[in-house]
This record gives sequence, C-alpha cells and structure tokens, in this order.
Amino acid sequence: MAEIWTSYLWPLIIMVAQSLLLMVILLVAIAYVLYADRKIWAAVQIRRGPNVVGPWGLFQSFADLLKFVLKEPVIPAGANKGVFLLAPFVTCVLSLAAWAVIPVHPGWVIADINVGILYIFAISSLSVYGIIMGGWASNSKYPFLAALRSAAQMVSYEVSIGFVIITVLLCVGSLNLSAIVEAQNGPYGVFNWYWLPLLPMFVIFFVSALAETNRPPFDLVEAESELVAGFMVEYGSTPYMMFMLGEYVAIATMCAMGTILFLGGWLPPAPFAPFTWVPGVIWFTLKCLFMFFLFAMAKAIVPRYRYDQLMRLGWKVFLPISLAMVVIVAGVLQFAGWAPK
Amino acid sequence: MIPALFFYLFAGICIASALMVIASRNPVHSVLYLILAFVNAAGLFLLLGAEFLAMILVVVYVGAVAVLFLFVVMMLDVDFAELREGFLQYLPVGALVGVIFLAEILLVVGAATIGGGGPRVVVAPIPTDVSNTEAIGLVLYTKYLYFFQAAGVILLVAMIGAIVLTLRHRTGVKRQNIAEQVARTPETAIEVRKVKSGQGLEV
Repeated sequence: MAEIWTSYLWPLIIMVAQSLLLMVILLVAIAYVLYADRKIWAAVQIRRGPNVVGPWGLFQSFADLLKFVLKEPVIPAGANKGVFLLAPFVTCVLSLAAWAVIPVHPGWVIADINVGILYIFAISSLSVYGIIMGGWASNSKYPFLAALRSAAQMVSYEVSIGFVIITVLLCVGSLNLSAIVEAQNGPYGVFNWYWLPLLPMFVIFFVSALAETNRPPFDLVEAESELVAGFMVEYGSTPYMMFMLGEYVAIATMCAMGTILFLGGWLPPAPFAPFTWVPGVIWFTLKCLFMFFLFAMAKAIVPRYRYDQLMRLGWKVFLPISLAMVVIVAGVLQFAGWAPK
Repeated sequence: MIPALFFYLFAGICIASALMVIASRNPVHSVLYLILAFVNAAGLFLLLGAEFLAMILVVVYVGAVAVLFLFVVMMLDVDFAELREGFLQYLPVGALVGVIFLAEILLVVGAATIGGGGPRVVVAPIPTDVSNTEAIGLVLYTKYLYFFQAAGVILLVAMIGAIVLTLRHRTGVKRQNIAEQVARTPETAIEVRKVKSGQGLEV
C-alpha cells in the first residue's frame, strides 16, 4: 500500500495540483489578454474600449464571464444535440491540453516529454474538430459553410507551420521544448535567438499562426459581413463562451510557441547582470505578451483577406518558401559543420 | 498496475469506438468514432514507448486524413436507407475479408507468443540509449533509405495523379494574375484628362 502511495498517488496529486495552478494562472491571464486585445484595438481606432466595470474597465472580462454563464443556453431544434454540445468542450479542452508541455522557466513544466513540439503540433491540428463539429451539428447553412472554410484554412496553414518547426528542429537537434530554448542560449543574448538567423521562418510562422488561430486578418471563419458570425451563429451563453475561451487559449499557445521557437523562451535578452537577475518566467511572460501585442496590432491594422487570396498565400507562397528554407537550412548546417550532434 | 489499467482503458475505448464506426446510423458519427479510435490507438502506441509514432499518428491520421473524411461525408448527401439495403448482399464478402484478416493476425501473434518467432526476431534491434525519435531516424535514413525513398516516390506519383485528374484548363475564364496586378503603376493604370464643362468625355 505504501508503495502505491509513493509511486503513483503522490505524483498524481502533485501533477493535479500543478495543472490546477497552471490553469488558474493561465485563465486569469487570458481574461486580461482579452481585455488588452480590446484596449489595443480601441486605441488604434481612437476609442476608449471597455472602461466601465472596475477601475479602467479592468473587470470587464469577469463581468462578461458572469453574463455568459447566467444566460440560458439555447439548442436549436434541428441541431444534433450531442455533437452540438461536445464541440465547445473539444475546442476548450484541446487548447488547454497544449499547455501541459510548455516550459515557462527552467524545469517549470508539467510534462517534460521528448516529443514536446510534436505534441503541441498534434493538439493544434486537432483543434479544427471543434469548429467542424460545431458547424455541422448546428444544422444551419452559415455555420456549415464556415466550418468547411475553416477546415480547409487550418489544414493548409498547418503545413507551413510544420515546415517552420522542422527548420527550428534542424538547428536544435531535439524535439524537447526545454532543449529548444537551451539551444538558443549564447553569449550574444537576443542575437542568439532563432528569430535572427531564421527571420523568414519567423515571419511565416507569425502569419501562419494568425491563420491557424482564425485571427484577423484571416478570420474568414467568422467573417461577419458574409457568414453572419460563422460556425458560432447558433451558439450562445456558456457554449459560446467556451469557444471564445478555447480560441484565446489557442492564441496564447501560439504566442508561447513563437516565444519558445524564435524568441528564446525564458532566456534573458542579454546574458549579464541586471538582466539575469530577473527570473525566467518573467522574461517568458513578457515575450508572450510582446507576441500577443503583434497579434492584436495585426487585428487592428490589417483588413480581412479574401478567401482565394488566403489559399493562394498558404499553398503558393508559404509552402514553397518554407520547403526551400528547410533544404537551405539543412544544407547550410551540414556543409558549415554547424549541425547538432 | 497503472500501465495495465491504461492499456485496458485505451484498448476498450478503441474497440468500442471501432464497433460504433460500423454500428452508428449517422455517417458523420461514424467518422467521429473513427477519430476516437485513432486517438486511442495513439494512446496504445504511447504505452508501448513509441511516442514518436503516437504523435505522428495523431498529426497525420487524425489531423489531416480524418478531416478530409469528415469533409467528404458531410458534403455528400448520403441516403441511409439505401446504404442499409445492400448490407446483406455485401455481408459474405465483408465476412471473408474479416476472417482472412483475423487468421493472419492470429498466425503472426500466435507464432510470436507460442514459438518465440515471428515479430520478436527483430532485424534492427532498438537501441536503448537514444530516444525513440532518434532510433527511428537512425535506421530509416541508413538501413531502409531506399525503401523510404521508394515510399516517397509512390506518394509523389499519387499526388501528381490526383492533381492531373482534377486539373482542368477552361478557356474563356478571367483569371487573376497577382504579379500583373502588383506590377501596375499609376502611369499604366490611371489616365488624367481635363473635362470641359458641358461636353463630357468619349470613352
């Protein structure tokens, strides 16, 4: 009995506690990220944004949460009830699951697995199911069209994200996320991170991440001018909130992934005294917030793409460039002798 | 004890969802059950210590292939009654395929457990000191390089075949040429003319 306790139950309790802690912090962070998103958007359009609930509107997200939870969930008569309610759960759970492998500080990770980056890639490729299921189960034309669009869009941009990941992996020689961060550690600090040597891939990753998370300018899934509100038309109250939450957690995951792959994760921007005093988790958070600021600015500044242009960009521009970069990076690493052992 | 528990969990859900794939009345539900079966199969791979294969299974089959399945099944207007009609007619063929498949699996697994032969005779022993991703890479790009490349060529041919089958050059369709549009300058696109009042312009 004692053996079961020490080898199974105690680690289980620790893991559950860690997961709960991570989720609480993440969800509170998401609430403020949402607020920041709206504020940045408002500032670009010279509006004030949410400013009523709490000082400077700081509690707006929590007020929204209460509003969604207290509303009555309406399920359309023609909907496929089981799948209709399953879809928001799938979106929400999958996007939260990706955070299990993300290291925010040396050693601060719930599951430090060898195939960490593949795990995130697999989870993010599953997130399309939430949208397809929601769109189909609503049994309505606009959601269905939006679901088909989104499936095509996400599958297309996953290809280029995959190649971007491969170029980074070629430089690192490991699929472990902590190893990817450590490989960017060097004497030049910020210039050692992969955003500089792999700059084209960083740009492709950023744009593909926008498309993968259905953010503007690639939010053709929602496209309110043509599809009303896309796959979420029939959703309201808590199920809608879960879609929304899943979407923002997925955006946070993409920011964290960009931070780990290109911005050196928890590493300080310069490897000497005043910078190394700050704990790694602060640097990680700051870099994630920087990535998110770019996301928010793209939303505020860039007009929405047309669907055929989106597909052209994915298949005819990003795919050849990223494929060529894989070959070039592999060739340079091999012939310059920089390939990791 | 815990791995055994997880094995029965994954295997149980996998078999149950595989059963539901053929038993459920709605084809979209069938595909969703198929996806569940894939995910649980990935879980079984994880238990075997093949984490790379598990993740690739999820990325390729669940993330791409099953999405296309779902796409097609959702778009097609399948008549369920008609689909059920041929069930008895196709039953013998299906049963034959199933029996042959079962016999083959029994032969392979049976030989392994009884005689100690079969799949236990491994051509390339799994190295224990490197991670499983590295181990696959080590044999895939050295020992099995030609098979790997042959598989790649077959997939390439299949892809080109699919493109050729769907490629149609229709005449009389206005197409967008992005390079041409980008190359436009004010000089080539705009013409400035003075309009005298009361006279207008001929186009």
